[in-house]
Amino acid sequence: MASEDSSSNIPDGSLNSAVPPGPLPDKWTNYKAKAKLINPSNKRKYSVIVVGSGLAGGAAAATLSELGYQVNCFCYQDSPRRAHSIAAQGGINGAKNYQNDGDSVWRLFYDTIKGGDFRSREANVHRLAEISLQIIDQCVAQGVPFAREYGGALANRSFGGAQVSRTFYARGQTGQQLLLGCYQALEKEIAKGGVTMHTRTEMLDLVVVDGHAKGIVVRDLVTGEIRSHAADTVILATGGYGNVFFLSTNAMGCNVTAALRANKRGAFMANPCFTQIHPTCIPVSGDYQSKLTLMSESLRNDGRIWVPKSADDASKIRSGQLKATDIPEEARDYFLERKYPSFGNLAPRDISSRSAKEACDEGRGVAKTGLGVFLDFSDAINRLGVETIKARYGNLFQMYEKITGEDPYELPMKIYPAVHYTMGGLWVDYNLMSNVPGLHVLGEANFSDHGANRLGASALMQGLADGYFVIPATLPNYLAGQKPGGVKTDAPEFRQVEAEVKERIAKLMAVGGTRSVDSFHRELGMLVWDKCGMGRTKEGLEEALAKIPQIREEFWKNVRVPGSADGTNMELEKAWRVADFIDFAEIMCHDALAREESCGGHFREEYQFTAEDEEVKNGYTNPGEAMRRDDEFCYVSAWEFKGPGVPPVLHKEPLVYEAVELSVRSYK
Amino acid sequence: MNLTLKVWRQSSPNATGRIETYEARDIPGEASFLEMLDIVNTGIIEAGGEPIHFDHDCREGICGSCSLAINGVPHSRENGITTCQVHMRKFREGDTIWIEPFRARAFPVIKDLMVDRSAFDRIIAAGGFIDVRTGSAPEANAIAIGKEDADEAFDAATCIGCGACVAACKNASAMLFVGAKAAHLNILPQGHPEKDKRVLAMVRQMDAEGFGNCTNQYECEAVCPKEISADVIAKLNRDYAAAVVREAVE
Amino acid sequence: MNALGKTLCRFWASSIGKKLVVAITGVMLVGFLLGHMTGNLLVYQGREDLNDYAYFLHHFLHGWGIWLARFGIIAAFVLHIIATISLTRQNRAARSSQYACETTVQASPSSRLMIWSGLTVIAFVIFHLFHFTVRVDPALASLKDPADPSRHDVYGMLIAGFQNPLIVLFYLVSITLLCSHLSHGIASIFQTLGLRTEKTRVPIERLGLAISVLLWIGFLSIPLLIVTGVLTDTEVTSMATPAVLSEPNP
Repeated sequence: MASEDSSSNIPDGSLNSAVPPGPLPDKWTNYKAKAKLINPSNKRKYSVIVVGSGLAGGAAAATLSELGYQVNCFCYQDSPRRAHSIAAQGGINGAKNYQNDGDSVWRLFYDTIKGGDFRSREANVHRLAEISLQIIDQCVAQGVPFAREYGGALANRSFGGAQVSRTFYARGQTGQQLLLGCYQALEKEIAKGGVTMHTRTEMLDLVVVDGHAKGIVVRDLVTGEIRSHAADTVILATGGYGNVFFLSTNAMGCNVTAALRANKRGAFMANPCFTQIHPTCIPVSGDYQSKLTLMSESLRNDGRIWVPKSADDASKIRSGQLKATDIPEEARDYFLERKYPSFGNLAPRDISSRSAKEACDEGRGVAKTGLGVFLDFSDAINRLGVETIKARYGNLFQMYEKITGEDPYELPMKIYPAVHYTMGGLWVDYNLMSNVPGLHVLGEANFSDHGANRLGASALMQGLADGYFVIPATLPNYLAGQKPGGVKTDAPEFRQVEAEVKERIAKLMAVGGTRSVDSFHRELGMLVWDKCGMGRTKEGLEEALAKIPQIREEFWKNVRVPGSADGTNMELEKAWRVADFIDFAEIMCHDALAREESCGGHFREEYQFTAEDEEVKNGYTNPGEAMRRDDEFCYVSAWEFKGPGVPPVLHKEPLVYEAVELSVRSYK
Repeated sequence: MNLTLKVWRQSSPNATGRIETYEARDIPGEASFLEMLDIVNTGIIEAGGEPIHFDHDCREGICGSCSLAINGVPHSRENGITTCQVHMRKFREGDTIWIEPFRARAFPVIKDLMVDRSAFDRIIAAGGFIDVRTGSAPEANAIAIGKEDADEAFDAATCIGCGACVAACKNASAMLFVGAKAAHLNILPQGHPEKDKRVLAMVRQMDAEGFGNCTNQYECEAVCPKEISADVIAKLNRDYAAAVVREAVE
Repeated sequence: MNALGKTLCRFWASSIGKKLVVAITGVMLVGFLLGHMTGNLLVYQGREDLNDYAYFLHHFLHGWGIWLARFGIIAAFVLHIIATISLTRQNRAARSSQYACETTVQASPSSRLMIWSGLTVIAFVIFHLFHFTVRVDPALASLKDPADPSRHDVYGMLIAGFQNPLIVLFYLVSITLLCSHLSHGIASIFQTLGLRTEKTRVPIERLGLAISVLLWIGFLSIPLLIVTGVLTDTEVTSMATPAVLSEPNP
């Protein structure tokens, strides 16, 4: 069946990452040179299911169709152009070294590994850095209007966690422009007949036949029809699970259903506790709030972050007795500048976020809810003038004013961290295939490239790398061992999964309780944000693990799904997704509890540097910084589903660093 | 604040729709328009009714999903925002708000305020792309593109495909949408080889979908959340005329 | 059909193609109006100049000139009407359902009246042709130039033709609607021909308005000055000439 390289589905549960042999910089080249090929006339006999139409899914569907495969692509939105990749603002990294500032594939690789706090797989990350060059070429050829210099060459800017300018950008809408390029390529293939697009169609389960992923069961979100689709392989590119927190910068429809269903069908869920919290979001203003809006991180270049030194002043600001401008300079605490004098307001995302949380936990938060810190531009305005600030951030200031009704030129902005990206996801090997043969996972939905923390401008890069360049090269490795069209939807496995899906829908419709789906989602979100958010403790996680089953029980007893399942029913869609979020939250908390160290987006309060530690004494880091425990936790946690109500089982893929040396991440 | 909502309800694509009245109570001024609808929907669900269906996703003005006409104007009278970026503080206590779906024959209603905008996808599929195979791209900096051209192409490329231009046009014309995509790709040197083919095919598909014609009233640019100028329509007209002439003589 | 024929058919069938036809015929019609008005203004130079001009028109190219011009103008006029009516029908179909709360953001009133102002102009043109070109009123038809009785007295015909205030009122309403039509139409020509850009946008709108106002003043000053008695026919004042279309001269 599958080739030697991709034989990762080992019955005893141990994981084979299928990383090719040889020196790191040569692995991908050697892999491609030896990879299996399918001859062009045979390709059209193979069918591929792609779930998701964002950068990873859209790029994969378009490219595989160009190669000749028959592709069926699915998205829950009304058009593939609306996938949430569209909302990415900042940019995309590419190690082109156009700035002649010493960038290289190696440096991008190293920055990504270090930024990920040494919890990602070396070979995958190096491949990503290599492919970054081709991605920029491809996007430019598609007509992506990247920013340019007057001379006509591509412009770059710098981004967090890097000392070189390697980020390509299209104003504050890079994700949109890249996705439109990808969407246009996809539509081109749809017109040619290579891709059949299924919009407003949601994957509700995975079908595994003889141990191989061979299809999916979907619900048509317009007619309510439950359908099966069979193919020779299934590709999931369904994004991250940030909405488990209810409030996040994700789109309202983003969900974990596809990944969780795959997990229940045997695929391992890797590092689910690695979630990224973005420091500059607009704070929550009330219970009705449905989502959080990100403000570009670039604001931190000129804004100074502070809270009052005294909790008393902060409480007066919250109650409206005092304004920010009433607080004299000496009564302000510019906490990032104080704690990280050399990086100051530009400290990495996780560090900035955690510091803001600490200040608010001390009662010094300034938004009405107590959860917010000031981002103050008054110094920059005095130094540079209003016009310069307007030229740099005018549209962001405008956006802020529209949302909050406050003028940031007069009063400082209020910001608070929010869930933004999830580094964890389904476990995949070097071929991007999960431990279930035939199930491939791309983009944010897999765990592979960002370790415990993702650097800015790397998400777009990974999505496109996976879709345009990796999967087209690795897919034949699996397909070559498969008889095309070997499984059809008349197989009993499809009947079985369809019946299960219908039964679950009927169950949801039948509860007939009194509480709205959103109320459960909000309750779950607040719990995991509290216990498995920016700071995590053993006690808190155990508490969450005790409470989640109660939420689940209450949900299945008391949720209200109005309307009928035969037709458009948005409450039913939400209910299905929230039921899956509840199950997923449990795995996430198990992972956070098991990982007894702090790294990247995972901060266990028990594991931080104290004044006693050597690294603090010799000035390398500060008390309160994350303490990684490489001796015990330098591995990928991959969780196997063992049945409803049974704790998942942990499998470990050791991370072996051959090319880089593990070090304490310091941004002091 | 308390408001009266006049909302279009239609249970399925072929059902007859009607305007129904809802009272929205205790709406915070900080809530967004869609959050106001969430609050109203929670009330409807708890009272045993079916919630008002509407399309929405990113809720930050970029995905192009949200599609309501508020008091007869797609998105909002305010410049440069989508429905999800409208905030309730813009309304006054006691206001009556009319909420209707985007209206156009080419955008049939699916349910309540949700409409089918797949016609836009088919227009893009007809020619709204640059035909370049993955992997065949030349080095990114091989073709210099002047900043002015890059900026102009970008302005057109910001279209989010929401369909407000169609919904605002009394002719339900899609010229701003088609013009924006054609301008984006036609301005860039990468898009030149397919320029004529592109505009001819896109316009043909636009007509086949049942969109109306542009009568130069520029309601489209007035409601465009990305403030795309109707100049892209002029450019489309020009490119189309040139393509026809070339097709006729070459 | 040959390839060129196919291209032309597709061109006419397309939305932009028909609009280009409207724009090009519009240019011809505006040119005609400007020429017509300039000729009319010779009335202020006196009988001789106006009648000379009329004589020239009728005998240019041995009398072929006026028929060539008439043929061209009629063809443009008919094409303009066929295309716009066809476009309007498509537009109505494209927006089959209306908003309960119908409103506009920036569409000008004249742009919203185009089809109605256009249809009024058709009615006016027919009346006008019968009035002064076919001259169904024998009193107007039989007028002879006092200086050269072999030729028609256009000057006298104008003075006689505008003595009835009802006719002048009809001219006033029609020409006003025509100019409203033009105030939107002229700027639209530039848009449809693809000449409107960020730089030319404002000058084009002003040009459209200026030409419309000029035509309004130029055309309407004549009947208004005649009916108010400012402009009279000194050589025939002694004659009683109640020259009214419905009331033949005794």
